[in-house]
Amino acid sequence: MAIFESGVIFEGVDTSDLNCWTLDAYQARGGYQALRRILEGKMTQDDLIAEVKGSGLRGRGGAGFPTGLKWSFMPRNFPGDKYVVCNSDEGEPGTFKDRDIMRFNPHSLIEGMIIAGYAMGAKAGYNYIHGEIFEVYELFEIALDQARKAGLLGNNILGSGFNFDLFAHHGYGAYICGEETALLESLEGKKGQPRFKPPFPASFGLYGKPTTINNTESFASVPFIVRDGAQKFLEQGKPNNGGTKLFSISGHVNRPGNYEIPLGTPFAALLEMAGGMRGGKKLKAVIPGGSSAPVLPGEIMMDLTMDYDSIAKAGSMLGSGAVIVMNEDICMVKALERLAYFYHEESCGQCTPCREGTGWLYRVIHRIENGLGRPGDLELLDSVGNNMAGRTICALADAAVFPVRSFTKHFRNEFEYHIEHKKCLVNHKWC
Amino acid sequence: MLEIEIDGKTLTVPDGSTIMDAAHQCGTHIPHFCYHKKLSIAANCRMCLVEVEKAPKPLPACATPVSPGMKVQTHSAMAKKAQQGVMEFLLINHPLDCPICDQGGECQLQDLAVGYGGGVSRYEEEKRVVVGKDMGPLVSAEEMSRCIHCTRCVRFTEEIGGFQEIGMANRGEHSEILPFLNKTVESEISGNVIDLCPVGALTSKPFRYTARPWELSRRKSVSPHDGLGANLIVQVKQGRVMRVLPRENEAVNECWIADRDRFSYEALNSTARLTSPRIKQGGVWQDVDWQTALDYVAHGLQCIAKEQGAEKIGVLASPHSTLEELYLLQKLMRGMGNGNIDSRLRTSDFAADMAESGAPWLGVAVDEINKQNAILLVGSNLRKEQPLLAARVRAAVKKGAQLSQIGVFNEDPLCKLHANQLVSPSDLVSRLAAVVAAAAAVKDVAVPEALGGIVANVDATAESIAASLIAAESALILLGDVAQRHPQYSVLRQLAQALSDISGARVGIPAEAANSVGAYVAGAVPHKGALGVTAKTGLNAAQMLSSPLQAYVLFNTDIESDSENSAQAITAMQAAKMVVVCSPFQNELANDYADVMLPVAPFTETAGTFINMEGLVQGFNGVVKPLAETRPGWKVLRVLGNLLQLPGFEYSSAEQVRDEVLSGNKADVKNLLNNAVAEQSVACSVVSGLQRIGEVPLYQADNLVRRAESLQQTKDAGVVCASLNPATAADLGLADGGMVKVTQTGSLQLPLTLDERVPTGCVRVIAAHPATVALGASFGPISVERA
Repeated sequence: MAIFESGVIFEGVDTSDLNCWTLDAYQARGGYQALRRILEGKMTQDDLIAEVKGSGLRGRGGAGFPTGLKWSFMPRNFPGDKYVVCNSDEGEPGTFKDRDIMRFNPHSLIEGMIIAGYAMGAKAGYNYIHGEIFEVYELFEIALDQARKAGLLGNNILGSGFNFDLFAHHGYGAYICGEETALLESLEGKKGQPRFKPPFPASFGLYGKPTTINNTESFASVPFIVRDGAQKFLEQGKPNNGGTKLFSISGHVNRPGNYEIPLGTPFAALLEMAGGMRGGKKLKAVIPGGSSAPVLPGEIMMDLTMDYDSIAKAGSMLGSGAVIVMNEDICMVKALERLAYFYHEESCGQCTPCREGTGWLYRVIHRIENGLGRPGDLELLDSVGNNMAGRTICALADAAVFPVRSFTKHFRNEFEYHIEHKKCLVNHKWC
Repeated sequence: MLEIEIDGKTLTVPDGSTIMDAAHQCGTHIPHFCYHKKLSIAANCRMCLVEVEKAPKPLPACATPVSPGMKVQTHSAMAKKAQQGVMEFLLINHPLDCPICDQGGECQLQDLAVGYGGGVSRYEEEKRVVVGKDMGPLVSAEEMSRCIHCTRCVRFTEEIGGFQEIGMANRGEHSEILPFLNKTVESEISGNVIDLCPVGALTSKPFRYTARPWELSRRKSVSPHDGLGANLIVQVKQGRVMRVLPRENEAVNECWIADRDRFSYEALNSTARLTSPRIKQGGVWQDVDWQTALDYVAHGLQCIAKEQGAEKIGVLASPHSTLEELYLLQKLMRGMGNGNIDSRLRTSDFAADMAESGAPWLGVAVDEINKQNAILLVGSNLRKEQPLLAARVRAAVKKGAQLSQIGVFNEDPLCKLHANQLVSPSDLVSRLAAVVAAAAAVKDVAVPEALGGIVANVDATAESIAASLIAAESALILLGDVAQRHPQYSVLRQLAQALSDISGARVGIPAEAANSVGAYVAGAVPHKGALGVTAKTGLNAAQMLSSPLQAYVLFNTDIESDSENSAQAITAMQAAKMVVVCSPFQNELANDYADVMLPVAPFTETAGTFINMEGLVQGFNGVVKPLAETRPGWKVLRVLGNLLQLPGFEYSSAEQVRDEVLSGNKADVKNLLNNAVAEQSVACSVVSGLQRIGEVPLYQADNLVRRAESLQQTKDAGVVCASLNPATAADLGLADGGMVKVTQTGSLQLPLTLDERVPTGCVRVIAAHPATVALGASFGPISVERA
């Protein structure tokens, strides 16, 4: 189910229309106007980058890095091939927004990537799609075909002399391939393992060439910014948090789904949109930005607005915008065990602290959950986590540690109860 | 250059250095596992985390480039905490089996755990168990639970070995190091992963559980195998060689050795060793003392010299013998009045001997191979001839050099080929001539008149090879083993010379054996004396074997395997009145043809000198006492010289012999090296019918590897079969395989294998293998029919 408020990416998209994803439907909504304007020579590469910078668009994949700034890092005068890569390897538990962009509005992404290709003088683009959403991959291939047939991709796009081709590529479901350099490795046909940085992809990316990697939602926001102007995009959000954002709400709400709302919307309003708590239960906790974001207790969440700065101030991250809502019946030990298992399973195994540490964390939490906790386990978790965070090539170790730290901080009593009484504090149906 | 500070010490380091490089420069040790100076940077073990001023978190020293004014703390609280944290993680799943681990005592994890590990583990969960893997007869991967995933082995096979035979499969904690499914590790330099492995995951299969490192003494030596002269550490326990490790020498073997350097020691301890002098009387072998044996030899040789003339005696010495031995052999022979001595046992065409300007050599220094921009391999399966030289060639190709080859067997060089031409042995000449013609056309010069008679159809490949050699700033034409053993080697040399003159490329002749160059310097060749002086000339190896002599002295060789034409060698030995075998090993065939066997010391039991392919003189001492009645070759020859009453055999040490050969002055040697040959008119021979391709398998190349048990279990010990190109097999009606009968001098029944890598019109039957000694010339005519 996907529900959208009006916004940037889903402006005018009727998701109940089975053909809303087609080229015709997209063009009827004003699609490809931005590209046409650019190719008619109305905007230079510098204008484009300035416009994206001006929009305040921050990377929608999770890190929130300013997109315009990232584009400006690209050595445009580099002789030789350059690439634009879209990270649609949406693997973060709780996140399912990129899937819906490609499902209902793939041409916004295609147009965004063509514009990015133009802005950075790239030769080709690749869209790396998560391996577990095959239908979306197949649909995207059809959308690409439509664009190619319409002369929007390939050589001499719309008679402008600009050449750019775009290809879809699907992974096989490894979470780590959502890390941009692991994604590049995987795209090159190698084992998906993050690269040591520096060098960053802007100077040494795909096949060692300058590469810009952005999230699906970031690219899909670009046509709006170019067509309607940075100011209009900016106005949708609040300062330093421009534009709208897609939030994937899951958990104990009445209407889970994707919601495109202006950044800065109160969480309470978002919860309201999602139909409120299912069964009228009490809100216990929220993970506001995907499984690697620290969990926040419900009462703190209710006072926050949904934007990068507000959530960060409260000690968590807006991340990819995956809002996981948990009600009072949830055992936080069990919930953390499941998350820890995920990171244990998805660690690529390259760096020692992550390879060994994720398993250690999981096993200790698993023990606690199963009534085998020991005094000192919480201190052990904390210490192991400290030895992992910030000690590895990529941020997976940090992502594994954040939930452990935040769960044991905000819900320490539940963990202590588990260790002491060998059972749950919460009466839920699985225990 | 920029200035940085490490632990308060200010130092200046080159731009682009890493913190690790800088730390090495100032003598600061940063603990590490995955980092290795010869491999790419992985930065995955995280042991080298250090504190860098202004960086919020510790950074890996191996991967972090220095920047101006950088201040690094390698032992600060932050750095230590990070290092100790990583050590704890490494140990949680590492088995606590040091007491039974082969790596114990030389384990980097064990060593660093002393400094950075805790006394008690906080990890009380289940430990990981990883099942062992089969990596073949040399490398043991039985205890993979010990692996710490540093990926050094993976990077070695990929970056140095040229082919990633070992990989890390699976993810996270389930990651495992393993070879390809149902494959073993087959690289000819695979043993280096044992040294690289910082823990006891990859260990030496032959050495496992035989000794503890602290029981072993380390003695320096030099490899007696290929012409590279790899520097070795031979480890010895109670007078027995237990294993061999590389000794670092950047200019020669870097920090690697080939598998045969590493594992051939097994032969030294094998039951195949000859332990006492023996004489055959009435067809029965009897152990005798040295006095009796040497008297017998001296008497026999003197009788033959008196009755038939000294020219009826010949000496065939292996080029794996020491400089001292080879020198004394030729001195002995020439002292008796003839020059019948040769060490080029596998050469069949000696026509260039009199046109030579000096001893054939590599043409460049070994470490200049990496700097070549274009290399042409002529008749060379370099990986199987010179494993470490091949690694240097791959390094050059990686840096952009163009590698071309004209060869008789399409072995994958494990690097990019610019041009590749697979030809029959006889076509090797015309294809090289085509390159000469193509180069001449580009440069608009004439092909030397003497070579005009060779039909050379210039094709696109020849043109592209010529262009690549001409365009390169530094180019090298290497004549490999096949070229050196080719029936028209002298023509190939002239063609290479001509190509060199036209294109500006240099000619290199990589020495087949550890002392091939030394043999020239020692005068153990029939046409020149020591240091290239004029001396009594005599018969070359081919002449000595084709028209049998009355007596042979075989030194350090299994002549049937080491000569170009096995059948001919055996016939000559059987026909001789007296055959004296000086060898560290017994030899079944020699039991039949020999009359005397004298146990001379292998390289580990004698002092000696090898001169490698670039002319580097490397002396070494014996590392263990000679086994049983074995005696160093130079001593045996000294006594024999005395018994034959020849002057100048009063030596008291091997050094004395060496000083005499080299006149005490090493510098002379390089002046003796020269690959140039004078122009000679060339007769173009036309070969019709099937030709044999009798390559020498890697582990049949000398008498040591031949008896090294583990090496013999590998594929490189040689697969005995008749390989035909499928097209040739179809022409002969043999397309469906089965057994075939191949005939040269003798015949053999062999399984037929269809192999695209064999050129058409050829039958590939390996030489130098006990199972194929009944056959004749390695590159001669051969017939094949259904058995």
